[in-house]
Amino acid sequence: MSQEPVSKEPVSHAPVLEAIDIVKDLGSGAGKVRAVKGASLTLVPGELTLLMGPSGSGKTTLLSILGCILTPTSGTLRIAGISTDKLDAEELAALRRKHMGFIFQSYNLFPTLTALENVRISLDVRGQKGFAAANRSEEVLRDVGLAYRLKSYPGNLSGGEQQRVAVARAIASSPSIVLADEPTAALDGENGHAVMALLARIAKEQHRSVLAVTHDPRTLSYADRVVRIEDGRIVGEERRPEGLDAPEIADLTKRRKAHA
Amino acid sequence: MILTLAFRNLFHDRIRLAVTLVGILFSIVLVAVQLGLYLGASNMITANIDAAKADLFITVYGAKSFEDGGMLLTSRERHQALATPGVKAVIPLIVRFAEWRKPEGGSTRVVIVGTDAEDGGLAPINLVSGTWEDIKAPEAVAVDRTYFNELGIKGIGDTAQVQNTRIRVRAVTDGVRSFVQSPYTYTTLNRARSIFGDADGITFFLVQTEPGANVEKVRQDLKGRLEGAEVLTKAEFRDRSLKQWLFRTGAGVALIGGALLGSLVGTVIVAQTLYSSTKDHLGEFATLRALGSSSGYIHKVILAQAGISAVVGYLLGISIALTILVLSHNTALPMVMTPGLAFWLFTLTVGMCAISALSAIVKVTKIDPATVFSK
Repeated sequence: MSQEPVSKEPVSHAPVLEAIDIVKDLGSGAGKVRAVKGASLTLVPGELTLLMGPSGSGKTTLLSILGCILTPTSGTLRIAGISTDKLDAEELAALRRKHMGFIFQSYNLFPTLTALENVRISLDVRGQKGFAAANRSEEVLRDVGLAYRLKSYPGNLSGGEQQRVAVARAIASSPSIVLADEPTAALDGENGHAVMALLARIAKEQHRSVLAVTHDPRTLSYADRVVRIEDGRIVGEERRPEGLDAPEIADLTKRRKAHA
Repeated sequence: MILTLAFRNLFHDRIRLAVTLVGILFSIVLVAVQLGLYLGASNMITANIDAAKADLFITVYGAKSFEDGGMLLTSRERHQALATPGVKAVIPLIVRFAEWRKPEGGSTRVVIVGTDAEDGGLAPINLVSGTWEDIKAPEAVAVDRTYFNELGIKGIGDTAQVQNTRIRVRAVTDGVRSFVQSPYTYTTLNRARSIFGDADGITFFLVQTEPGANVEKVRQDLKGRLEGAEVLTKAEFRDRSLKQWLFRTGAGVALIGGALLGSLVGTVIVAQTLYSSTKDHLGEFATLRALGSSSGYIHKVILAQAGISAVVGYLLGISIALTILVLSHNTALPMVMTPGLAFWLFTLTVGMCAISALSAIVKVTKIDPATVFSK
């Protein structure tokens, strides 16, 4: 899939996700580690945000918290205005079903299901069944350029194709938030660019909030915003200035790093 | 999609599926055979009681079974019973073990059933050759063709000696087998008396009540009149006979124990394979959970896997059980399969697989969806 231009129109909508002063301790007793130390982050529709940081900086832990998969030790998380403080595991799952789509580093596709079925199952868990679900699954797979791979099993797909199936699965239910964990880590350059272009397009054209955790510099050019995390703390945020073309943000980031 | 995923998970690893199905199959065959034999034994034990046209049975006090009633009742009890209000008929029946001496030498034990069929009490069951009129002829008896070899005869017309009385086979029954392995030998009441040399002794009286009579009241009246005798309903007499042969002798316990063991073995095998299958697919279940599926959705996938295993295993198992049923038809203890037993076996299979799924469900309940990010 070719890289598509990112819209330059400013996006200013109510936040779909608000994380305030999130703290997360992992382990217990002497082995307890504070993985996230008071991180705050807001996601709005129409933006592709990158959460970047070195290994062990807490970015995946923070992503798990933002995705309602881990519960924070302290802090507030609101999804579409709903506080997750008092929600139990089933209610958090319901929140994920309603508002979120996930893309994983290792794709996490079901090896015994075809590409079409892998997408359908994400609709099935949301109670969307039958022809409507099948048609919707086919539609999103066509949208990510896999119309010719509907009946293929993951084992017969390339890494790039598998990740595109995962993207299709994440967006099939039209979630307001798409969370991606190292979406390009297992892909070569061309496929990495294709997937990032797809995520940028989803953010812009479908007006969704996309957050990708990454340490892949190739992804910078697609971001509307880059949030940096180090040692469990948000240490910086760069937003692409209005009017700046997509690839230019990468140069801007490089220059800022050089000054720092 | 739940069924699709369950089906694919199962058929993805065909060797494990084969192990699961073999486990269920053996379990079903074992339970079907054991319970089929139990039913077969029950039918054999109660066949004559069921065939008797009686509302009540008068037996000697403490009579343990149909075959073990003694000959201690007399015409006195019969007259007392006939004088009881609500009693329409009191039909005598002699049932007693006797020595059958084979024409070519040797002997075996038989159960003589002396009855006058025209009285409407008990007629020989399932006569396939000869009639009651033939049995009324001098020396005549009816035996079951299953036991020809054991009785040392070849068929109608052959003679033998029972106790000291010469008898001739004039009629043949089919499928009337004896749980105690002493063939039933039907003859008239008078010939039975003659065989045992007892002019007045009776084993049971079959009591038929007047239409509309209160059977329980008649029973209580009879109890009051008959000292040293018991008055049992047909159901009570059946239960007593079944308890005697199946439980006091331990035969039924062995059959039911085998069935329980079969269920247990099947449950353990299915539980092991389902658990290991679930363990292998934990990553996928964690992904489902991360995607927002409810825990109920995942439980349904596991239960569907158990259900598919149950249906396929049952179909294979019941096919083999039915083959054994056909093969056992002419043996001394034929297996019985009824629609009720087949349905019960299906329920047992599904239940067994559902219980087996519990360990897998417990495992999947502990899934941490965060593991999807740790790959």
